[in-house]
Amino acid sequence: MLNYIQSYLNSNVTPGQAGNFFWAFVYIVLIFTGLSIAVIAMNWLERKILAHMQVRLGPMRVGPHGLLQPIADAIKLLIKEDIMPAEADKVVFWMAPLMVVIVAFTTFIVVPFGPTHAVTDMNIGILFMLGVSSLGVLGIVMAGWASNSHYPLIGALRSSAQMVSYEIAMGLAVVSAVLMTSLTTNGTGTLSMIGIVQAQQQQQIWFIFKFFPLGLIAFFIFAVAMVAETNRAPFDLPEAESELTAGFHTEYSGFRWSLFFLAEYSSMIAVSSIAVTLWLGGWMRPFPNWLSGDSWDMAFSLVPGLTFFFLAGMAFFSTMRMPKHPYFRLQTLGLGGFGGLLGLIGIVLLLPGIRERVQDIYWFAIKVAVSMYLYIWYRGTFPRYRFDQLMKVGWKVLLPMGVGVLVLTAIAGVLL
Amino acid sequence: MEPVATTFFFYLLAGLAILGGVLVITRKNPVHSALALILTLLAIAGLYLMLYAPFVAGVQIILYAGGIMVLFLFVIMLVNIERSQKEHQFNGQWMVGLLAAVALGGLFMGVFVKGRALFPEPAAKFAETDNTQKIADLLYSNYMLAFEIASLLLLVAIVGAVVMAKKRI
Amino acid sequence: MAPITTLHYLVAAAALFVLGVIGVLTRRNVVIILMSIELILNAVNLNLVALSRLYGLHGQVFAIFVITDAAAEAAVGLGILIAFFRNKETVNVDEVDLLKW
Repeated sequence: MLNYIQSYLNSNVTPGQAGNFFWAFVYIVLIFTGLSIAVIAMNWLERKILAHMQVRLGPMRVGPHGLLQPIADAIKLLIKEDIMPAEADKVVFWMAPLMVVIVAFTTFIVVPFGPTHAVTDMNIGILFMLGVSSLGVLGIVMAGWASNSHYPLIGALRSSAQMVSYEIAMGLAVVSAVLMTSLTTNGTGTLSMIGIVQAQQQQQIWFIFKFFPLGLIAFFIFAVAMVAETNRAPFDLPEAESELTAGFHTEYSGFRWSLFFLAEYSSMIAVSSIAVTLWLGGWMRPFPNWLSGDSWDMAFSLVPGLTFFFLAGMAFFSTMRMPKHPYFRLQTLGLGGFGGLLGLIGIVLLLPGIRERVQDIYWFAIKVAVSMYLYIWYRGTFPRYRFDQLMKVGWKVLLPMGVGVLVLTAIAGVLL
Repeated sequence: MEPVATTFFFYLLAGLAILGGVLVITRKNPVHSALALILTLLAIAGLYLMLYAPFVAGVQIILYAGGIMVLFLFVIMLVNIERSQKEHQFNGQWMVGLLAAVALGGLFMGVFVKGRALFPEPAAKFAETDNTQKIADLLYSNYMLAFEIASLLLLVAIVGAVVMAKKRI
Repeated sequence: MAPITTLHYLVAAAALFVLGVIGVLTRRNVVIILMSIELILNAVNLNLVALSRLYGLHGQVFAIFVITDAAAEAAVGLGILIAFFRNKETVNVDEVDLLKW
């Protein structure tokens, strides 16, 4: 048994490919935990960042600087009454959030956090991710229909029409990136996620910069389509509160609503992972070839620890600015403790044994985090698209652009 | 690589597919039938994976389960009338139809029993690492004409569906 | 248990085919008839892909074409259904009995 566990440790393939069930299970548990923590953090970050963009403070009461707000939200959702509308179709009503959550979590099987750090590496990886995320549309349609009420039905139909339209633009952008993988020296392209990042490694260029400006336009098309795909601002007409009273999840309360919420943030992280893998170099650190060599490697490997030190520094700075009143003693201690925890994680990440192993996961996570920040920034900045404008952008603007980029990338790949 | 529990997964997936098929043809509510069809489609995608056809499995999930079934659900919601769920579900000649289908099934069983030797165990196991590349080679060399005709067919279908569903031509 | 041969897949495909034929021949609701047609097409696809393991990848390429055609046919069939439903508020094939409406 111990042999079985240890036999994988020196391999250079993912656990799924090596057939090692134990490590695949460990990776699945890690992804599950990490995703839950990421969704909780996203909740807090979204409210704070949106608030600071709107020149207000956001949640400040529940913990120091609102840090315990997501936990309070989770407890509230769990103890809320579970309402089912009177004439609703019970089986479909129950199954809809289940389907959306299963789809959102299943896409993470092939997401590569490193050259061997994925649950498995299917040779149709990107096709699998696109396909499984298109199953999420079914969950939304089921939710809207089962609620037996017109606002959810209209919201669900609009939302699914939007998602299906932008899937096509996403697919075209993805195909043009996959085209670029076939330009390596041995000439075969690949659909596997790890293979795409390794193609970028071999061609020594992130695909966003390849055949400038074609890679950039393809990335732009994908970035717009992924925001529309996850029903986020500025494409969130189907679930905006002033328009359709929350759209397809109007009739869901308590735990079922939190499943939709979990699925929405997980699918945001999933499509950001696709964007990072295909265009932004996946797990590679910046400038692996221009700034190569042992000293540069060591310098870049200090960055994870330094990031956590910076975050700990921000926490300590806020601790010092806390009001000096006995009512705030607990919060000040809590914030100081949180800063200390971040500093401790920073110190652990600076240790020479650990800092090389953490490199891949860290750079991938940082790129996905930048993408999440962009999502929140879009929400705070852009006004909402009207539904017909939204469909017009999807079909009449992004689709021709996608086809054009695909054809031009193919021509550039053959000629250059 | 031979999957570990082939027999178990085959019976599970084939059982789910056939269960979904039975539910499709017997449910009163068309939305339940559509959900059962989605179950069947996903089970068949699993069977394709067991047959070392990952690309066809991916295409099945994207197009069939994620595209065609969304279309079906949309249309069911547009034409769903409560009255139709309270009427007779099976038409007048259901007995003859059932008999004909059972006869067809019997014909299939006869063929399989008599011709058992025609379907041997596959000699060489396909590697699934370059399935997509090989399919692409075939698609763009031998079957290029069929590929172009399929794209033309899709264009005709788009135009036809828009014309059929418009209010005034 | 016996190892799974190609024949097992062919029997499963035949069962799905027969279920689809029963659906087409016995149901009144047009949408369910269309879904039974999709069942038939899937059974054929399973047959093609199972036999492609013996005879080369041509079966899988043909299966992709069948899926494409099924999409086109479902779209047009549902368009016809909507056009018909708009005229006569029914989804039963028994009541499609006028040559002109």
